[in-house]
Amino acid sequence: MSLSRTDQHLVVGLRLCALLVASIVLLVFLFLLTESWPILNHISWSRFFTDHSWHPVQGFYNITPMLSATLLTTLGALILATPLGIASALFSRYYAPSFVATWYRRLIELLAGIPSVVYGFWGLTTLAPLIANLHPPGVSLFTAILVLALMILPTIALTVEAALISVPNAYHSGAVALGMSRWSMIIAIVLPAAQSGIVSGIMLGASRAIGETMAVLMVAGNVVQHPHSVFDSVRTLTANIALEMAYAMGDHRAALFVSGLALMIMVLGFISLAELFKWKSSYA
Amino acid sequence: MKQFSLFIILLLTLSISWGYFSENSDKSEVKKLVLTGSSTVAPLLAEIAKRFESLNPNVRIDVQTGGSSRGINDVRARVSDIGMASRSLRLSESELFSFNIALDGISIIVNNTNPVTSLDKQQIIDIYKGKIVNWQQLGGQDATIIVVNKAEGRSTLELFLHYFGLQNTELKPHVIIGDNQQGIKTVAGNPHAIGYVSVGSAEYEAGHQVAIKLLPLDGIIASVENVRNQTFPLSRPLNLITQQQPTGIIKDFIAYASSEQVADLIKSQYFVPVAH
Repeated sequence: MSLSRTDQHLVVGLRLCALLVASIVLLVFLFLLTESWPILNHISWSRFFTDHSWHPVQGFYNITPMLSATLLTTLGALILATPLGIASALFSRYYAPSFVATWYRRLIELLAGIPSVVYGFWGLTTLAPLIANLHPPGVSLFTAILVLALMILPTIALTVEAALISVPNAYHSGAVALGMSRWSMIIAIVLPAAQSGIVSGIMLGASRAIGETMAVLMVAGNVVQHPHSVFDSVRTLTANIALEMAYAMGDHRAALFVSGLALMIMVLGFISLAELFKWKSSYA
Repeated sequence: MKQFSLFIILLLTLSISWGYFSENSDKSEVKKLVLTGSSTVAPLLAEIAKRFESLNPNVRIDVQTGGSSRGINDVRARVSDIGMASRSLRLSESELFSFNIALDGISIIVNNTNPVTSLDKQQIIDIYKGKIVNWQQLGGQDATIIVVNKAEGRSTLELFLHYFGLQNTELKPHVIIGDNQQGIKTVAGNPHAIGYVSVGSAEYEAGHQVAIKLLPLDGIIASVENVRNQTFPLSRPLNLITQQQPTGIIKDFIAYASSEQVADLIKSQYFVPVAH
């Protein structure tokens, strides 16, 4: 089928747009590389993993505690928010009366729109003192996980619900015709059919958690260390950049760009993993 | 095709009128001043600049933050006209000119439920080094001390370390904070925390029902008053830095910023005007 003239123009335009978007990602990567080059040039890569601490002003650049903190906060938030998000979507799609479901969905949408700094402020002034009673100092890995889970819950709930809605009606009719109960229909038919949409929802939640800065900065405590318990204070890569960038000069500044680079590589690895999972599950 | 030529005509008109207007503004001789530096000084200078602009309509002042070191580097590189620094010049920076416009002090703060009423210099050093870990050792409750420290690169941290003769690598903090407000919120929310923030903001918050208290240092009460008469030991000057002996508009601005006319602005930011 040959394209009409209008279509041809459209295709050229769309290709240009796609090229632009792709080149922005590439430019960000190049920018991070050139900004961190001054330090990568004169100290070896391995020092970012083997130095005994992160004290950039004194010349120590170990970023591994922040890598582990970023991974742990994101994983923890996902473990809490994923089952809740899926349960919330199932409730609103299959169990709630339509009146309740409409208002429930609006509430979740509102929750998704609250700026992260509000969550952070609430975490710092309300949640942290409560957790300090349980185990000092209050601002900790655990507090950060709770706040992040609350933040990504609406994202996951809304995307999963959209995935549930897109499951073809014929599947439901078939299940009903077979006399399946609602719960076994969900487990055996709906969830597997909506699998790739659910994975996308979790991915979206994870990328929001990994990139979150202000809320985590306020509730995680920001001490650069590998945590020994969930009540220890940690610093994520994003919090590190936000805390120190405004005051950093020379090598310190370049080292912060290295932590940005590390974050970007981490996100890339994470997305590739999710794509691999999707690819496997669609051809399995 | 018709639409295309219309578009070209529109573009031409826009570019011609752009050139016309920008030429016009050049004729009225607007003088521009660029200030960069300490985030402690910048909000104050932004207010002073606003007032200076309203008195001198042909002056535009651009205030940017980035830390004392950036302020000094920018003045050296002639990127900015005036640098802002919340510390005195170092020996290696002695070729620059510095003008004191106000003072700021750092106060040790604890939660106001904490029974401890004073700490000496050695005790504070031991707390921050992790040698004293329980308030009981200092006559307080049996609870772990939560040590709050500032993020690397901040001039408050620098002044604190310098005064107590500490290295940041030897400190054992439980929480690291960014700005003063975050520090005050952290200490107010945690009955066993100890931290340090600017005296001006601590005194203001403590006077407004926030659950913190300012500890005296070497027996001297941490107050704006004692920073002004320079008896409080843990204080710092807020300075304007220039590359050469200031002349013209730069000289006028510095004179204005150190004059009695801006004392109310300095006080409203919880800093202490220099004695006139």
